Amino acid sequence: MNLDSVFRLESLYREERRRVLATTVRLTGDFDLSEEAVQDAFVAALEQWPRDGTPASPYAWLVSTARHRVVDQLRRRGRFEAHIEMERLAELEGAEIDLSEAAMVDDQLRLIFTCCHPALAVDAQVALTLQTVCGLTAEQIARCFLTPVATMAQRLVRVKRKIRDARLPFAMPPRDRLAERLDGVMLVVYLVFTEGYAATTGKVWIMRPLSDEAIRLGRLLCELIPRNPELRALLALMLLHDSRRQARTGPDEEIVTLEDQDRALWDRREIAEGVPLLETALRDGAKSEYALQASIAALHVRAGRAEDTDWGQIARLYDALLRKRPSPVVELNRAAAVAMAEGPSRGLALIAELEAKGDLAGYHLLPAAKADLLRRKGQWREAADAYRQALQLVANDPERRYLARRLEEVEQRGLRRS
Amino acid sequence: MEYLLLIYNNEADFDKMSQTEMGAMYQDFMAYTKDIQKSGHHRAGKQLQPVATATTVRLKDGKRTVTDGPFAETREQLGGFYWIEAKDLDEALAIAERCPSARMGSVEVRPMVPPHS
Repeated sequence: MNLDSVFRLESLYREERRRVLATTVRLTGDFDLSEEAVQDAFVAALEQWPRDGTPASPYAWLVSTARHRVVDQLRRRGRFEAHIEMERLAELEGAEIDLSEAAMVDDQLRLIFTCCHPALAVDAQVALTLQTVCGLTAEQIARCFLTPVATMAQRLVRVKRKIRDARLPFAMPPRDRLAERLDGVMLVVYLVFTEGYAATTGKVWIMRPLSDEAIRLGRLLCELIPRNPELRALLALMLLHDSRRQARTGPDEEIVTLEDQDRALWDRREIAEGVPLLETALRDGAKSEYALQASIAALHVRAGRAEDTDWGQIARLYDALLRKRPSPVVELNRAAAVAMAEGPSRGLALIAELEAKGDLAGYHLLPAAKADLLRRKGQWREAADAYRQALQLVANDPERRYLARRLEEVEQRGLRRS
Repeated sequence: MEYLLLIYNNEADFDKMSQTEMGAMYQDFMAYTKDIQKSGHHRAGKQLQPVATATTVRLKDGKRTVTDGPFAETREQLGGFYWIEAKDLDEALAIAERCPSARMGSVEVRPMVPPHS
């Protein structure tokens, strides 16, 4: 076999798999069978194209091959299951394939909206989107979420069973639900991104493939639904966060805080794409939490040195976030921003209020933030106590090492003074 | 495709309702039933007596035990059902959402196993 055509097929697989699958699901209405059939169609292409030449429309060839496979499967099952209607199968085989760009866009959107249907559990939405829309295998997804493969495979089987048995429509949401459903899609994309950005447990601090997939999803959505300010804000947010990736860890995977990061390591290309994207999104009325968070990220990116950061403006953006949705974690971030703008004492007072409320009991970043401010004030002993508290609660290895390093530092400073 | 809408309410809420409020709620249910009958989605529907009237039966090793009350105590209790016909889950959810109980309690939407499978 010609190696060249194998490579061409591989890149075609990456580019076309999702579109072929989306159309096959629409034509056949069967999620599970379509997935298998699309794999089979690519295998068939691998055998036939090098021999017979690449068809004029690879997409149409793949869709029609996949569709035949699904119909074959259904026919085989039909012998055992009386509810499969034979007439529908014939109709299905004969239906014309719409090759227009618009039809392909709609199919892909239908696929995404189905995967992110609110009738499905959020973790199942995330897993299904990664599998069907991004083309990750159950093994890869399991590895990303540090879940046993069997658990992830089970989750995927269950969610597809629900789609089939509860008859989730493979359709665009009605116009009056579009905004609400798009919120759900954005949440899934954002969850994929944040999971990739900071693994909550385990050893690895940054799960690269997931943030890449999330950014790819964000781009795809901006392409499929152009001129949507909230989608652009979400993509901008991910790009701006991701731009700092290189700088966030040191040579031994240790955490480098925003303040200590080498800003020369920030990804200029992602910043150059993210900042104008956010500006147009805001101009067009973006006002979601993503837009506010992206605005905060943009203020960090804009500061040439850590001490140039406009913390006052960042604190005000956190205020706006809190007005949208009260959250103790956002309150903690706001306290840190206020501390940077107005001094650590003011921040410590806000953290004390949060502590008294008890909403963040058990959350390691509360004592960690407190420790950081006490350290800035030179209250070494109190800072050490707070670092110890944080260390008892932290679950992520790199974060643990960071806190331990800080603890050692304040302990030594405390000794030197006394 | 057939779905069962299981209607859950907190029965204690009904005790707090005035005569007029109760009347208005029944009016709402009647209007809703008529509505989904007219649109052709309605198959059947019944209101159930309060959970205090429930009895649970189990047969273990051929021995029958009868106990007072429902299978499990819950904050909201099953108060009735609608058996509907809908094109897909989205249509079923849109019908369920209009049910008066969606506002007061909750409505669980369960697909029925299709015949012959």
